[in-house]
Amino acid sequence: MLRYILKRFGIMLITLWIIVTLTFVLMNSIPGSPFTSESTTNEVIQENLEKHYNLDKPLFVQYLNYIKSIVTLDFGPSIKQPDRSVNDLLGQGFPISAELGGFTILFAIISGITLGIVAALRHNGVIDYLAMAFAVLGISIPNFILATLLIQKFAVDWELLPVATWASWKHMVLPVLALATGPMAIIARLTRSTMLEVLTQDYIKMARAKGLSPWKITVKHALRNALMPVVTLLGTLLAGILTGTFVIEKIFGIPGMGRYFIEGINHRDYPVIMGTTVFYSAFLIFTLFLVDIAYGLLDPRIKVHEKEGD
Amino acid sequence: MEKILEVEDLHVTFTTYGGTVQAVRGVSFDLHKGETLAIVGESGCGKSVTSNAIMRLIPSPPGKITKGSVKFKGKDLTKVSEKKMRSIRGVDISMVFQDPMTALNPTLTIGTQLTEGIKEHQNLSNSEAEKKALQMLELVGIPNPDERMKQYPHQFSGGMRQRIVIAIALICQPELLIADEPTTALDVTIQAQILELFDEIQQATGVSIILITHDLGVVAKVADRIAVMYAGKIIETGTKRDIFYKTEHPYTKGLLSSVPRLDQRGSELTSIEGTPPDLFAPPEGCPFAARCEFAMVVCNKMYPDETSLSDEHRVHCWLQDERAKKLQAASSK
Repeated sequence: MLRYILKRFGIMLITLWIIVTLTFVLMNSIPGSPFTSESTTNEVIQENLEKHYNLDKPLFVQYLNYIKSIVTLDFGPSIKQPDRSVNDLLGQGFPISAELGGFTILFAIISGITLGIVAALRHNGVIDYLAMAFAVLGISIPNFILATLLIQKFAVDWELLPVATWASWKHMVLPVLALATGPMAIIARLTRSTMLEVLTQDYIKMARAKGLSPWKITVKHALRNALMPVVTLLGTLLAGILTGTFVIEKIFGIPGMGRYFIEGINHRDYPVIMGTTVFYSAFLIFTLFLVDIAYGLLDPRIKVHEKEGD
Repeated sequence: MEKILEVEDLHVTFTTYGGTVQAVRGVSFDLHKGETLAIVGESGCGKSVTSNAIMRLIPSPPGKITKGSVKFKGKDLTKVSEKKMRSIRGVDISMVFQDPMTALNPTLTIGTQLTEGIKEHQNLSNSEAEKKALQMLELVGIPNPDERMKQYPHQFSGGMRQRIVIAIALICQPELLIADEPTTALDVTIQAQILELFDEIQQATGVSIILITHDLGVVAKVADRIAVMYAGKIIETGTKRDIFYKTEHPYTKGLLSSVPRLDQRGSELTSIEGTPPDLFAPPEGCPFAARCEFAMVVCNKMYPDETSLSDEHRVHCWLQDERAKKLQAASSK
């Protein structure tokens, strides 16, 4: 197991390096520089600024500097907000984004799986059709449309919940709902179809022949097998939720990481772009790694370490 | 001998988009304590549906027991509540399935799957249930049961898995064991071992066995009595000797002659011409009439009543019916 984890960490580092390099190339191929939007700067000041941030050096040297800053985990100060370091921005934004993303994932998984199971157990019944109609809607409606709809109804028309910002649990309801509905719908549909497949398996019939209660059969025998594909999907969904947070944070004015990411790109704030990209990629790669580990724990036939024995 | 199971006029239908399939159409038989009854017939004749109906394991909808009764020790199982039925399944009546590769849950250890039934039905501590499970594994001939308990199904061979399935079925000491084609998915050598195991278990525990199979070799080895099914009906029933040596129904004769024989080398395998009737709309008369070389006019019109040839040997065939015999005699005069 340890060998497997070490090997995976090696691969994760290589992936990260590729992402960093690609981002660097893309970043420098966008026209403009951090200082183009500032009309007041004359050429001399601009040159001095570029010198200060090492932007006058050849690309390769800049690249090495970036790699160095990543290895030392110090991304330096932001160009647009020189009084704050990138690490500072990330440290401030991440807990809020993590809260939003975490609650979203939790809500999407719990409600999605429940909905899928209920639909499968009531196969071809009214509940099944309602749940699946809801799921199709959830998949089809983009989260930014849903977000505005939710704000209009719950916050503006009925005045039940706050319109924006991030303070109490009340502020969390709408953004989490807007962000979680899509993934929830996908999870519900997948859980339903795998559940239906698993429920026809011989071992389910055998469990019934043992005289077990329907609850035990569903949870102990069916669910665990049905969840396998859902766990696989989780990795992809995570990526979707991550990118979704950019939009949702913007709509609800949540001071998370997404803002810095978008503003960083808009302003060609190179250290911020690099910092957020590295952080997001590392986070995503690590969660995918956790998903793989979870997969091995759920299904004893998948032994992550066995192949390493040779 | 005490009757443990009496099935009377059992009808099972399945409602589908294409119509209603009459899978079992009036099956009656009974089973004595400690006896092995084999239900024989080709695929789709209703053997498995009958066995599932006894356990009330027919998926409903679309399946439904529309008529008849299944009396287990005098109690009609078609009438009891689902909750009561749960306390009978696995405790009084157990089942062994056809394919041991799929009958075990791949994500749970053998130990868990063995003990969960007995834990559900009897107030046993974990260690007591485990002890019981170890005894069972030993009974069905699994070496090193201690270690094996912690393993998963994929770590066992097919024959081993079937032994485990049998151990699971036996753990609550049921009085009736229904084995639905227990050897079909196994190698021939393993088949013999498993059949021997059934024999040993019956001698050790006195359990009654219903053996569903299409393999007459299996039947000859273990059955006391045989019921031959065709198109949802039992068309001939009797002791093993009756069926093998005093065969009366043309279908049974066809079945027996289609078994390959070692002493007739080179000759082509005999088969029964035609296919079984469509159970969406089963024929009014004898369902075998269309394939039967002795078919008479009456065979297509009316289903033959039961004719008793001896205490145990009964057959549904116009050839054996007194009235038909008289008619034949009269017409030949």
